Amino acid sequence: MTSPADPPAARTGESPDGDSGRVLARVLREHAGRLAASLISLLGDFSAAEDLVQDAVETALRRWPVEGVPDRPQAWLYTVARRRGLDVLRRESNYRAKLAQLRWPEPQETDDRLRLIFTCCHPALAPEARIALTLRVVCGLSVAQIAAAFVVPEATVAQRITRAKKKISQAGIPYRVPSAGELPQRLASVLSVVYLLFNEGYLSSTGERAQARDLVDDAEWLAALLVNLVPGEPEVTGLLALIRLHRARGPARFDDRGRLVLLADQDRSRWDHQAIEQAGALLTRAARAHRRPGPYQLQAAIAACHAEAPTFAATDWAQILVLYDMLAHFAPSPVTRLHRAVAVRHVHDPAVALAEVDALEHDLATYALWHATRAELLRELGQVEQARACDERALELTTNPAQQALLAERLTWT
Amino acid sequence: MKYVLMFIETEQFARQLEEMGELEQRQAYEAVGRWFADHAEVITHHVHLAPVHTATTMRLDGAEPIVTDGPYMEGKEVVSGFAEVEVADLDEVLKLARSWPACPIVEIRPVS
Repeated sequence: MTSPADPPAARTGESPDGDSGRVLARVLREHAGRLAASLISLLGDFSAAEDLVQDAVETALRRWPVEGVPDRPQAWLYTVARRRGLDVLRRESNYRAKLAQLRWPEPQETDDRLRLIFTCCHPALAPEARIALTLRVVCGLSVAQIAAAFVVPEATVAQRITRAKKKISQAGIPYRVPSAGELPQRLASVLSVVYLLFNEGYLSSTGERAQARDLVDDAEWLAALLVNLVPGEPEVTGLLALIRLHRARGPARFDDRGRLVLLADQDRSRWDHQAIEQAGALLTRAARAHRRPGPYQLQAAIAACHAEAPTFAATDWAQILVLYDMLAHFAPSPVTRLHRAVAVRHVHDPAVALAEVDALEHDLATYALWHATRAELLRELGQVEQARACDERALELTTNPAQQALLAERLTWT
Repeated sequence: MKYVLMFIETEQFARQLEEMGELEQRQAYEAVGRWFADHAEVITHHVHLAPVHTATTMRLDGAEPIVTDGPYMEGKEVVSGFAEVEVADLDEVLKLARSWPACPIVEIRPVS
């Protein structure tokens, strides 16, 4: 990633640092995964191929901000990876011979990135390793960028990736698309990686375009790629629609001082209504064509209900409650029941909702949003002191600076 | 690639098996026998261990070897058997394990 001291990229046409960073990210995303896929096919060795890609990515991140993005980025990356490969794999004559065959332009007969994604998201890998590996291999992030995005030390990310690569080779995790029988379960693992990535990016964003790479961009890009690579799976489309619906509301999530604004208080004229309409249509088409509802389609449908409401007061809470009931059926979780309780509050009343929230104490006592939701309900019921105590507890538990600031502010005027 | 499947019994599973009627128990054992027969082509070796109360453990990290009664780790979950299989990759062995009809936990380790 460009640091403030780096000169702006020469040929991107977008001079501010943040924008050139995004152009860089976009170009690397388009090419890193393809390069990884073809190197793995060529060498038959995931780990060695991944090292070469990472090397090419790091070189690009260092040089492109200074020299500009090359006209043929793919050829550039191939050349770097090939040269590096011939250098570091000197003793592996077998690899050298194979690398010598590497030419561009690559014949684009098939998109091998799907195999790559299934390997990186294999359920036999630790969840945090799946995310790190996917970001690195499929999206072309550097270790430093991943570490910055997740606020963990670089050494931790590097170790996760090293371990994951060892596991892939030693445990015999295959490099292929799973058979039809395994596909639903394996696809669920892939979608959860994309979803977690999106969540992390969405919740940790602060509204400022910092130098950090925007994980939400990567998540949306991955979801769109999967829609193309795995057609006929409505849950994939559901996830893409979900991400787009949330993003469309992004501009109103923060005020001009970077503070988080709650849904009820957001300026809806700042939402991207065209994007909302398109994502809604995408979701409806997938749902009608397949008639196989699932957790992502349902979450997207809930997001669409919110996004399509002209005002907070006009929100169709009854519909949202129905959708939460279905969601609780497909993916029962305490967090889903917590969100459902919010819908209950609007359809029925705060006292009923509070009873449902209280029933979740055992599962969610260490979850900041549980305390924050309780605080809201208690405040509406006039129990100000108890509400305050809940807000304080929520404040202690949240790690997200924007949410913390919001809660801290509420404490000062309640 | 060669893998070992370690079959792990839980206290609850052992209790359920004990509480079964004779016919049910026989059916449970038959299901296991069928599983081994169905996958005979890839199973290179397998053993069923005697119950855990027969285990003896020796610790060799002290001045003198120490012999104790029981498994090396006291717990609610104990290894009850092993099978060694030879298949192409982890996905194949996972598919195999998915159809395992008996104890509720299977650990899969590649043979180095």
